[in-house]
Amino acid sequence: MAVEVKPRESSDVETEQLATGCEAIAEAIRLADVDVMAAYPIRPYDGVMQAAAKLIANGKMDVEYIVADGEHSQFEIVKHACAVGSRVFVGSSGVGWFYAFEAIAVTAGLRLPVVAICGNRALDDPGAFGTEHNDSLAVRDLGWLLPWAETAQEAMDLALMAWRVGEDKRVSLPVAIGLDGAFLTHSQQIVKIPTQAAVDKFLPKFDLGDRLLHPDNPITIAPQVDQDWLMEIRMQNDQAMRKAHDVIAEAHGDFKKLFGRGGDSPFLDEYMTDDAEYVVFGQGTLALPMKVAIRRLRKEGHKVGLVRLKWFRPFPTREIVKSLSRFKAVGIIDRDYSFGSPYYGGVLYNEVRSALYSLEKRPTIVGFIAGLGGREIEQPMATEIFEKTKAAAGDIKSGDICHWIGVRA
Amino acid sequence: MAVETTTLPQIKGVKDVPYDELFVSGHRTCQGCESALVMRHMVKASGPRTIVLGSTGCMYVANTTYYTTPWVVPWMHTQLGASGSAALGTAAGLKVLMRKGKLKNEKINVIAFCGDGGGADMGLGAISATLTHKEYNCLVLLYDNESYANTDIQLSSQTPYGAVTTFSPSGSQKRLMHTRWKKNVPGMLAAGHPESRYIAAGCAAYAVDLMNKIRKALELGGPTFVHTLDPCPKGWDYHPQYSQELGHLAVECGIWPLYEVIDGVCNLTGPTRQIAEGRKKRKPVYEYLKRQGRFAHFIDEDVEHFQAQVDKMWTEWLIPGVIPFTIQAKDQTILKIDKKPIHEQKSA
Repeated sequence: MAVEVKPRESSDVETEQLATGCEAIAEAIRLADVDVMAAYPIRPYDGVMQAAAKLIANGKMDVEYIVADGEHSQFEIVKHACAVGSRVFVGSSGVGWFYAFEAIAVTAGLRLPVVAICGNRALDDPGAFGTEHNDSLAVRDLGWLLPWAETAQEAMDLALMAWRVGEDKRVSLPVAIGLDGAFLTHSQQIVKIPTQAAVDKFLPKFDLGDRLLHPDNPITIAPQVDQDWLMEIRMQNDQAMRKAHDVIAEAHGDFKKLFGRGGDSPFLDEYMTDDAEYVVFGQGTLALPMKVAIRRLRKEGHKVGLVRLKWFRPFPTREIVKSLSRFKAVGIIDRDYSFGSPYYGGVLYNEVRSALYSLEKRPTIVGFIAGLGGREIEQPMATEIFEKTKAAAGDIKSGDICHWIGVRA
Repeated sequence: MAVETTTLPQIKGVKDVPYDELFVSGHRTCQGCESALVMRHMVKASGPRTIVLGSTGCMYVANTTYYTTPWVVPWMHTQLGASGSAALGTAAGLKVLMRKGKLKNEKINVIAFCGDGGGADMGLGAISATLTHKEYNCLVLLYDNESYANTDIQLSSQTPYGAVTTFSPSGSQKRLMHTRWKKNVPGMLAAGHPESRYIAAGCAAYAVDLMNKIRKALELGGPTFVHTLDPCPKGWDYHPQYSQELGHLAVECGIWPLYEVIDGVCNLTGPTRQIAEGRKKRKPVYEYLKRQGRFAHFIDEDVEHFQAQVDKMWTEWLIPGVIPFTIQAKDQTILKIDKKPIHEQKSA
């Protein structure tokens, strides 16, 4: 249901504090009056549970806080708490996220608006703590909304958006916010914390309506449907995901009105693209080194820019087509891998190429795999990415290749 | 606001059982399915202010089909290994919503059920965790038909020694494919979760006893656990009309002791108590084994091994069928139960 949002008032002044991405999310949990959350340790996402536990211990919020016996239990606990009408929060990272995979799959099927963070981390083996997006991306086909944050501020803002969009009756889908491990989960930045009154204006009370599991509403949820009904139900999920696009845009508009943040587009963050000829495209914190490179390269006269994707699901196809078709060549940076995929590219690379397929005039799309396992994307690597992108311009087939960047010989 | 309490008094006899059916027609379980009877007794005992969470297994797949749900009470599916987490999440959700005034403050029973595969194998860890969260009121009910009966009768950790299942067929070279002794689930949970106020073993063949166990579990509150042994015509290979009889035999042969552990005190119930007190003679396990096709390949030495193991439960365990270790010889006198081997016991 659409919410009436009054414009920003003078009393809606934020306080500022130094917070990591995890701490910023914990503040969002407090402001959203979350009812139930379930924790289980795995780095790096669990910083948010540590921060939230402190808020609870200090009496700053009233949340049923359950330390579970594993990620599967964690996600099942919040799923069931959500079914009886609780606003919930949960999260995990890397292989922990995969341990919960069954529960993650059914949560989307059940259309329960669980909000999670995935503190993006490389999948073992071999062990690695650093960022890789394959954990979040593994759920891309299941019906989870997948936004990605660049800064601690955006992490908090996206969390508030997540409850608003996920719980909207037109959508009613779970949301998993991607936070790059260490780079975002554990780096401190100045974050503007909104007032409770302002958040209350933005975020309506959670209401499952006639889907509430309660003795006064004795429904049977998720019986065996088999081939008789499953396809109709799957299609409803598809329709919900389609509707999510406009609901996100609507929530983004209201958010901007109330808090003055969020940028021009709910889906894309463009940096120095107005006159750009060659851009790179990616998500999460890799935007920072790329922005630094862009400023440096522009001083040398290169017309380069960045398009950062804010929501991977629903994939903003229309916006991406409109944006990327302006450029001569686009370098897609994947902080993930998709072994054996078309042209051995990453996930984003193939999704973007698919989105642009029916365009008459397409930019050349080149694939890059970089920064795996939390490896820094250093300036020489950024330069190489732009050089290779520029070199591929004009010959669309030259994009049928995916480069691994910064790999030792 | 004061809490509205629905009290669940103990049922004195069959005539005292509630008339209302909260588990009705619509399910597709096999003829003679004892587990379906457990479901019926379970909600009859708990009453309409109950939320039931059902993990994958017979009582989901065969029992709860779209458009023909047998559940009058609210019901939700949960994953195979998630009955403990489902109970916990639901109970936590209700508790916090009532505390914050987002939901009317009243007593709502939360029951999550699982089969032996979901409870004794895959979901044991989650059940164990749930039984330590003493601030949440929920009951986990494990209906044990001694195999993964819904998926084609594959052996679980609850399948008895030597039984034929599709994963443990009897062949020309190997008579017994399955030689593990059944995991002692209620005993282990009682021993390992001292703050759970109620853990019991029951059987639908003793319906009033079972309903009273459900009620005690819900009345005492906190996280509780009830395990039922459910004869299964399809998995155990016998005529559906004998389900109740086999339930009786399992108890009378001493294979499935009935008991409850209330606040750390063990109370044997039904015929199990009579056997322990020496008022009833334990029947030989052969009486039970010979009635089921799954033991048809047994030769004398298999029956003898089975009998010896059951005898051990009664003669060497600290509490028969409950605590599977013993106490040193000089302390044996502190146990006041009939611990004689079966051939030395007197007839009642």
